[in-house]
Amino acid sequence: MTTPPSGQTGNGSTNGAAALLGQDVVIDCNIRELFYGTFKAVRDTAIPVKRNNITAFIGPSGCGKSTVLRCLNRMNDLVRGFRFEGHVLFRGKDIYARSIDPVAVRRYIGMVFQQPNPFATSILNNVAFGLRLNRYKGSIAERVEQALRRAALWDEVKDKLGNSGLSLSGGQQQRLCIARAIATEPEVLLMDEPCSALDPIATRKIEELMLELKARYTIAIVTHNLQQAMRVADQTGFLYVDTTEGGRTGYLVEFGASKELFEAPREAHTKSYISGQFS
Amino acid sequence: MSDETSISRPPSRGQLVGDVLFRRVSQVSAALVLVLVAFIVLRISLAAAPAMRQHGLGFLTERIWDPNKARYAILPEIWGTLYTSVLALILGTAFGVAAAIFLSEGFLAQATYRVLRALGIELRPWWSKLPDRLEAALKNLVNLLAAIPSVVYGLWGLFVLIPLIRPICNWLHLKLGWLPIFETDLSGPGVLPAVIVLSIMILPTVTAISCDALASVPPRLRMAAYGLGATRWETILGVIVPTASRGIFGGVVLAFGRALGETMALAMLVGNANQISVSLFSPANTLAALLANSFPEAGPKQIGVLMYAALVLLGITLVVNVIGSILLQRASAAAGAR
Repeated sequence: MTTPPSGQTGNGSTNGAAALLGQDVVIDCNIRELFYGTFKAVRDTAIPVKRNNITAFIGPSGCGKSTVLRCLNRMNDLVRGFRFEGHVLFRGKDIYARSIDPVAVRRYIGMVFQQPNPFATSILNNVAFGLRLNRYKGSIAERVEQALRRAALWDEVKDKLGNSGLSLSGGQQQRLCIARAIATEPEVLLMDEPCSALDPIATRKIEELMLELKARYTIAIVTHNLQQAMRVADQTGFLYVDTTEGGRTGYLVEFGASKELFEAPREAHTKSYISGQFS
Repeated sequence: MSDETSISRPPSRGQLVGDVLFRRVSQVSAALVLVLVAFIVLRISLAAAPAMRQHGLGFLTERIWDPNKARYAILPEIWGTLYTSVLALILGTAFGVAAAIFLSEGFLAQATYRVLRALGIELRPWWSKLPDRLEAALKNLVNLLAAIPSVVYGLWGLFVLIPLIRPICNWLHLKLGWLPIFETDLSGPGVLPAVIVLSIMILPTVTAISCDALASVPPRLRMAAYGLGATRWETILGVIVPTASRGIFGGVVLAFGRALGETMALAMLVGNANQISVSLFSPANTLAALLANSFPEAGPKQIGVLMYAALVLLGITLVVNVIGSILLQRASAAAGAR
């Protein structure tokens, strides 16, 4: 496994919150307020992401669930006007600390996007991209095969590794992107609606894959598919939109074990959302 | 249609006639362009025919241009045309693509935004638009380079550039004269000033097309690279530029076509010497400059010879442009498939 971005012991002893939540919390995310320019996108959202679990974020469109996910590996830093108050502790260390380089964070916390986004190059080069970024000295071919096997894509592409990644089907492309993300053995894998551009069969495959991958990686996933969250997620957070101040600010309504959240929600909002009364 | 309340009705006679008329006008316009090109090629060929019969292919491979003995050949001009164009292309592409990366990857906008944020006014309505406006303004400024008349470039080259680079060139000749590219000194017009001015002239073409090619790279590829922990340069050089490379290459080929045909500035700067040399500082000649300089004093016989040279230039430019168009089309087709 990898080590955290700097010489940190990772035992969380310096931070009370992480210590309280226990050793198995890999990312302790606590967003007090999050702005894009003057737009307040998210407030009061605290989500602990546990090791070797799948944590799902659900909620209506525009509730900020993708924004929250992108906070976890500082992808939001690429948005002009992004401002963040709160903390995101990765192994007890705040990734928003001044001394931390966002690029380094993203090497330890991988990401899979809504649209399959393979590079316009060969399958092999796609998977090897992260390895080369990290100046990996070992056998690239070996690592590529391993990643493709773990992404359940090896058998379909082993004879055409030189073909363009764009020549694959949508579902295969998404698994290629997963292989690309896990080739460098990141500790955490963030998935932003990874199945929303795929057909049901491809979706099924990705879900099976997620369940296999969680043995090695910690996964956080955003989905608008409630059944998907029910099928794969150990924990689920439900976010909702607050329009009372005139804006559209997302906030966490309820967080807990998926089974409890779906079968016996504590909050009225959660209840009406999962029973399909609004989307 | 029997329904009284429906507003839908078939197109009127006027609409139909207008449709047909519009189609005919655009068809005729398109055909006129083709006819015009064919007409130009035909007239030049006819005018060149006697010279082609008289001088044959030796016209392209020999070096002597002597109107007094009626001996004509244009190998030095073909060499000069290609040499200056290729060098200008290398220089223009390097700076043009770099400028395109700077303009389309948001460096300027980001720097401006940082300044605004430091001043604490990044969220004020007027100022918040400034970063993007500055970037758009700079793009237009680069395109303005294309609007400067060729003769102005020529004058600038003669009176500003040559005096400026002459000491450096002669120093290089003195110190590194054993290198073939520095083997003569720069006494005035020559290859290097022509190349520098030509590279500035083709820069807008390279930059504009490269900007479009870079901007057409899907944003999700950028996100993918950043998501894997690539730095900005790794993202740009490892993902974005390779993805846009075909479009950029098409722009480079179009710029090459422009460099080959450029006349006025080169006629003023290249030195009009009928010789073949790799030295950057020696005078040379190009096909377009030859035509521009020779036509005013040409007799009826020499006009045929010049028409032959014009046909050669036309052939070279046409081939380059066709290749460029094909590459551009392929690049946009590939982008559409994504």
